[in-house]
Amino acid sequence: MTDTQFDIAVIGGGPGGYVAAIRAAQLGLKPVVIERENLGGICLNWGCIPTKALLRAAELRHSIDEMADFGITVGEVKVDLAAVVKRSRKVAGRLSMGVKHLLKKNKVTVIAAEAKLGAAKDGLRQINLSNGDMVSAKHVIIATGARARALPNIEANGKTILTYREAMVPETMPESLIIVGSGAIGSEFASFYHDMGVKVTLVEALDRILPVEDEDVSAFVQKSFEKRGIKIMTGVKLQAVTSDANGVQASIEGQDKPLQASRMILAVGITGNTENLGLEATKIKVDRGHIVTDQWGATGEAGIYAIGDVTGPPWLAHKASHEGIICVEKITGQKDVHAIGAGAVPGCTYCRPQVASVGMTEAAAKQAGHDLKIGQFPFAGNGKAIALGDDGGFVKTIFDAKTGELLGAHMVGPEVTELIQGYAIARTLEATEAELMATIFPHPTLSEAMHESVLDAYDRAIHF
Amino acid sequence: MAIEIKMPALSPTMTTGTLAKWLVGEGDRVNSGDVIAEIETDKATMEVESVDDGVMAKIFVDAGTENVAVGAVIAVLAEDGETASDVAKAGLQEPSSPVPVTSVAAEAKERAEPVPVTAAPVKAVLVAAPAPQSKSSDKPRIFASPLARRIAADRNIALEGITGSGPYGRILRRDVESAATAPIAQTTAALAGATQQGDSYLVANSQMRKAIASRLQDSKQQAPHFYLTVDCVIDNLLEARKSLNAKAAEGIKISVNDMIIRAAAMALIAVPEANASWEGENTRLFRHADIAMAVAIDGGLITPIVWAAEQKGLAALSQVTTDLAARARDGKLAANEYTGGSFTISNLGMFGVREFAAVINPPHGGILAVGAGEQRPIVIDGNLAVATVMSVTLSADHRAVDGAVGARWLQAFKGFVENPVTMLL
Repeated sequence: MTDTQFDIAVIGGGPGGYVAAIRAAQLGLKPVVIERENLGGICLNWGCIPTKALLRAAELRHSIDEMADFGITVGEVKVDLAAVVKRSRKVAGRLSMGVKHLLKKNKVTVIAAEAKLGAAKDGLRQINLSNGDMVSAKHVIIATGARARALPNIEANGKTILTYREAMVPETMPESLIIVGSGAIGSEFASFYHDMGVKVTLVEALDRILPVEDEDVSAFVQKSFEKRGIKIMTGVKLQAVTSDANGVQASIEGQDKPLQASRMILAVGITGNTENLGLEATKIKVDRGHIVTDQWGATGEAGIYAIGDVTGPPWLAHKASHEGIICVEKITGQKDVHAIGAGAVPGCTYCRPQVASVGMTEAAAKQAGHDLKIGQFPFAGNGKAIALGDDGGFVKTIFDAKTGELLGAHMVGPEVTELIQGYAIARTLEATEAELMATIFPHPTLSEAMHESVLDAYDRAIHF
Repeated sequence: MAIEIKMPALSPTMTTGTLAKWLVGEGDRVNSGDVIAEIETDKATMEVESVDDGVMAKIFVDAGTENVAVGAVIAVLAEDGETASDVAKAGLQEPSSPVPVTSVAAEAKERAEPVPVTAAPVKAVLVAAPAPQSKSSDKPRIFASPLARRIAADRNIALEGITGSGPYGRILRRDVESAATAPIAQTTAALAGATQQGDSYLVANSQMRKAIASRLQDSKQQAPHFYLTVDCVIDNLLEARKSLNAKAAEGIKISVNDMIIRAAAMALIAVPEANASWEGENTRLFRHADIAMAVAIDGGLITPIVWAAEQKGLAALSQVTTDLAARARDGKLAANEYTGGSFTISNLGMFGVREFAAVINPPHGGILAVGAGEQRPIVIDGNLAVATVMSVTLSADHRAVDGAVGARWLQAFKGFVENPVTMLL
């Protein structure tokens, strides 16, 4: 190795780490990314992207069932699971190559190794690499991400009890499946496996599925899942899970008969990858599996920062990327760097129906003491949605009655994950209801429902 | 024929006003007597009623426009049988230049000479009122987010004093919020070379605030004030009030202030030279005691007038003052209810103020500052006694009222207050 001294060392090449490194290079610094596995991290290799590829296959499979409605007759339909999974891996592989290219283009050094923090000397932090080398850098950004959290009484074995990692590369389809946890990951797998013909039971400890979303959205998705045949159990406390060659049995508090299925997926949240980083010798604090930082990513140890999933929820790639940019800009003393504001991170779930939201739920807004103006518009009143044959769902907007601030927006239905950015921009620009009302939304588009929802908050909806 | 609606003069001193709000939109049916707009003057927000029937054909002046000249055409009504487009065709086009808002710098500059309102031709020509200060026409556009503007307006914070932290210095919500709460560093550190402001922020001055400032500054600069203070023993007055209220009709409650107004009115009639206003070439002498009473309201004060107070008995006076005070606090006084008069009474007794000197409210000739009635030791015939004493201070405009006249007025006032029977005559 020729170069061993850098301005910034980024540990982890996921969407937080590689973006931070590119931004550092743009600002004239000399960065290094140290990645132990695949560039692009979980998101690109084992998360967001490959699951979207799987869900696309499921969606196409589902749409074949609706072809008759469109006057199209389809012959025998066969799903080649191996090919579906292969395509998903190919998509991930292509994007990982893309990240490699981007880093090269920006002259970011990439080292394939595990990293462990060493001593600080002359303003440089030493980093010991698993390949025996050592590098040093003025600043270190920990972007090691997270992994599936285990439940105290359930251990994933990778065969019958799976985490997302095994769940996205199935060799065979199970006959039946229990999914524990109904957040974004659990709900997406429920949707995928059900569309692929698996009997799915979705189990949630809290009183509703997608518990971080607005209650109206949770209720709509639950109804829609149940209508498709997904079994949903909420308020469930799992006691013990056993598994054998025939499948898994899960005993539930207050129920005599255990739940049975061929396989189980654990989707009960994630925990930060904080081990073997040499944190013990520093002043960095770890709280419940996550590194504690301030709003700029600074840890308790001077010169060491942390961003993304390793710092805690929401565990979202776009949050990690944004934190990476803020962190580097702050390190380099850029002007006008602003921490991520409350409610500024949009969230998307790609189950069928899709879910997207930004800002506060109605309950949170009420609890915060706002007087509210709430609008809701169903896609059943939207021409484009009806033409698409996908008119389930709605758009809900929540305004502060006094200031007209868009406190939150919640959407469920066709392509809403592509629509939510409109509200995110409105929030960043600090638009009020007046600007949203005065904006012309093109016809016929799904986005018209966004306009109508705003109008409805002020009793001015036209098409409902 | 189309009917022009012009910016009304809601008070004699009004030359421009802010068109606060339209209550009808273009195309709306308007009947005579309907309130069609709200106008903010230097004193209050006033309602504008339509005097004709018709349909609102065209609104020329947007809500929120400041400095609309009195007499400017602000809208046009189509008469029955006409349509809005008829009106437009009839040659009543929208004025070539929009009514300037003070921030429209270029236009305000071009119009160096204000067109006198009376010379405005029949065709709707809207003229710019001369900007109150040349500064305002040079005002740069303020870049602020819609939400920041709302919050600033809501909290009455001036955007002018805020440094924006957004792209290209755009003022964002956080800037407005921190301007009101944050330590100095946030707002003023960026103003390199500027005077250290300390931990402070700017509040936009309302029309009322500006009116108070300019009128009272004029008063102190132009009217040579002199001050006379006298102590009044008010035990008899309190006693009289008690028995009057005991016998008064349901709903009538005479206040000490009502009795003070009554006494001041009687004194103005008894010493007519004190009931005067300086007008330069002449001094105006009033036949009635038109007494303004200072009422503190949100963001300032207003002085509604009890006209011919000397002709009102205490019961009637009480009803008038109660009504005026209530409507003053609601901002619902008509312009003629607070414009004019010859004399003011300002009472801070309820705050425990012993005595104070008030600033004359021009064009009045005097103002009586009333302190608290409190028990004090007094000497009667060489013996010490306790009495309820109220100190009052007359501020008089020496141009119109001489010291001896003021002293005689105060003597008369004291006489009525100390022997309330005489003021009931």
